[in-house]
Amino acid sequence: MVAILNIDWQTLADALALGGIYALMAVGIGLVFGVLRLVNFAYGQLIMAGAYALAFGSEWNLPVWVSILFCFGVVLVLSVAMDRLVFRPLRGHAPAVMLVATFAVAYLMQSVALLWFGSLGTIATSLAPLNRPWDIGGVEIRKIAIVSVLVAAACLVLLRLLLDRTSVGLHMRAASMDFLTARMIGVRANRVIGGAVLISGGLAAVVAVMMTVQTPLVTPDFALRDTIVVLAGVVLGGMNRPVSATLGGFTIGFASGLLGGALPTGQSQYLDSFLFVAVILVLLVRPDGIFARSRGGIERV
Amino acid sequence: MRRLSTWLELAAPAALVVLAALLGTSASQSNQTYFIDTLVKVAIVVALYVFIGNSGVLSFGHISFVALGAWTAGVLSVPVAEKSAIMPNLAHFLHATAVGNVPSLALAAAAGAVCALVFGLPLMRLSGLAAGIATFAMLEIVHNLLRYYEKIGPGLNTFSSVPQTTGIGQATIGALIAVAVAFAYQRSRYGRTLRATREDPAAASATGISIYTQRLIAFVLSGALAGFAGGLYVHFLPLNTEVVYLDLTFITLAMLVVGGATSLWGAVVGALSVSALDSFLAAAENGVTIAGHTLDLPAGTRLVVVGVLMAVVLIVRPTGITGGREFHLPRRGR
Repeated sequence: MVAILNIDWQTLADALALGGIYALMAVGIGLVFGVLRLVNFAYGQLIMAGAYALAFGSEWNLPVWVSILFCFGVVLVLSVAMDRLVFRPLRGHAPAVMLVATFAVAYLMQSVALLWFGSLGTIATSLAPLNRPWDIGGVEIRKIAIVSVLVAAACLVLLRLLLDRTSVGLHMRAASMDFLTARMIGVRANRVIGGAVLISGGLAAVVAVMMTVQTPLVTPDFALRDTIVVLAGVVLGGMNRPVSATLGGFTIGFASGLLGGALPTGQSQYLDSFLFVAVILVLLVRPDGIFARSRGGIERV
Repeated sequence: MRRLSTWLELAAPAALVVLAALLGTSASQSNQTYFIDTLVKVAIVVALYVFIGNSGVLSFGHISFVALGAWTAGVLSVPVAEKSAIMPNLAHFLHATAVGNVPSLALAAAAGAVCALVFGLPLMRLSGLAAGIATFAMLEIVHNLLRYYEKIGPGLNTFSSVPQTTGIGQATIGALIAVAVAFAYQRSRYGRTLRATREDPAAASATGISIYTQRLIAFVLSGALAGFAGGLYVHFLPLNTEVVYLDLTFITLAMLVVGGATSLWGAVVGALSVSALDSFLAAAENGVTIAGHTLDLPAGTRLVVVGVLMAVVLIVRPTGITGGREFHLPRRGR
């Protein structure tokens, strides 16, 4: 297959890496959606904030681990602030209202970044060595591709363990199935939501670290396109279950990476068109998502 | 009395539009562009309202119909002699034809409707929230194609040489047409049926309503209105693809939500009030003098203020400043 489509190993590794990163974003969005029924469009702007933290870290010559910590700190504080200031007052509103509200927050954060940092962008260099290739059996592959795949896999496994083996995880799964009933039998709403928001923020920070290696130039619209692609991926996979949303994120990332490498130069500018037309065509056949288990019934009140 | 309140639903928003237009004609030449821009935005927001307001399903993709309408009207109304200068790679049949102002607007509306039909067929089958998100795919596809496909337009270049026929007069008529169409639709059987599916999808389908068909009808109609508004826009400003993309999506959604998404009155009030604020801030970014004080805001303040306003309105009053209700006379105290 690799030879037929004229795809080299680097493209395949990049596609896997992009799939991994998008899967993490899909999980971050999916976790919060699970407990709050809220699609967080401002997720990309959390990543953007983390990327700025990394960029300023390298501008101030902080050690790499300090700037990564700084990135986590900024993203987590912002996630919690977003939960308190926006998600909490909106709890219980219609999903469409919440989606528009997070769209407003996304635009707000992006314009604040534009106002503070300007449109030219800042460069994050501290992790640049990861962009160099590794020689694996005569095939050269950029380190970051391998690191991304490994980090994404590790995060997903850890998350699975957390959800399956801990009581917080159990509460979270219960809440995403039926929030009201879960509360009635003693699940603390704020703790579960807080947990989901924190994990989702942590994943955003991880994504920020890996994305700045691939695209070191951090601008106010950093990760904006990626968020739109991931949201399409979440719909493609099926929004109702976290697993199908994650698989959808991975699929669209992988497809995007593969298409980006396989399209001839004259057509590579139409990558987005090919990608999104494919999404719409798939949804034409499976409106509930390719990985959805069964037709979702009507949500009862 | 009931007849009167029905007609007020049309007359009140129309009167606001005319009032804005009258203010615009008395403004100076340089300020008049703000009024024309506002009136075009009214048309766009009313187009958004026809679908979002009546169906309760979000759409982030309507600006792609605006873009397509702008491209259709723009490409067809640039004079033949000037086409090769700004659009050297234009397809032959587009190169040879040029149409007048009114036909170009009609074709823009048709282009918006066809595009909405093509995308609506698959997208309207999705559940409400998924459909809203999937409309982003539409926005991306249309933006991507218009940006790079130079056989159908100027690509990355700006649309210059389009006859600037959208003055205050045409913008007013355009906005009034949009308001009238939206009113006719919401009073019609289809509008009422769609609002029933918005209020209770389960009960509506139980009475035999096809949610899919009703949403699709509204989607196509609002696509036509959005395309028409795009035509008005390109006859007013030299556009490029970035003007009709995410920023416009954001600002028009903000207008609809701030005003109140579920009524025509809300759409018009929102478009006019947010436009007024937005125009003031845009002017302030270039420096304005009010009562002896010079106000000079840094570039980018506009979107911050509008973003805060939109978030605050959604949190404090999610039904918008009009409460999402049509215009009604204050009741006498009993």
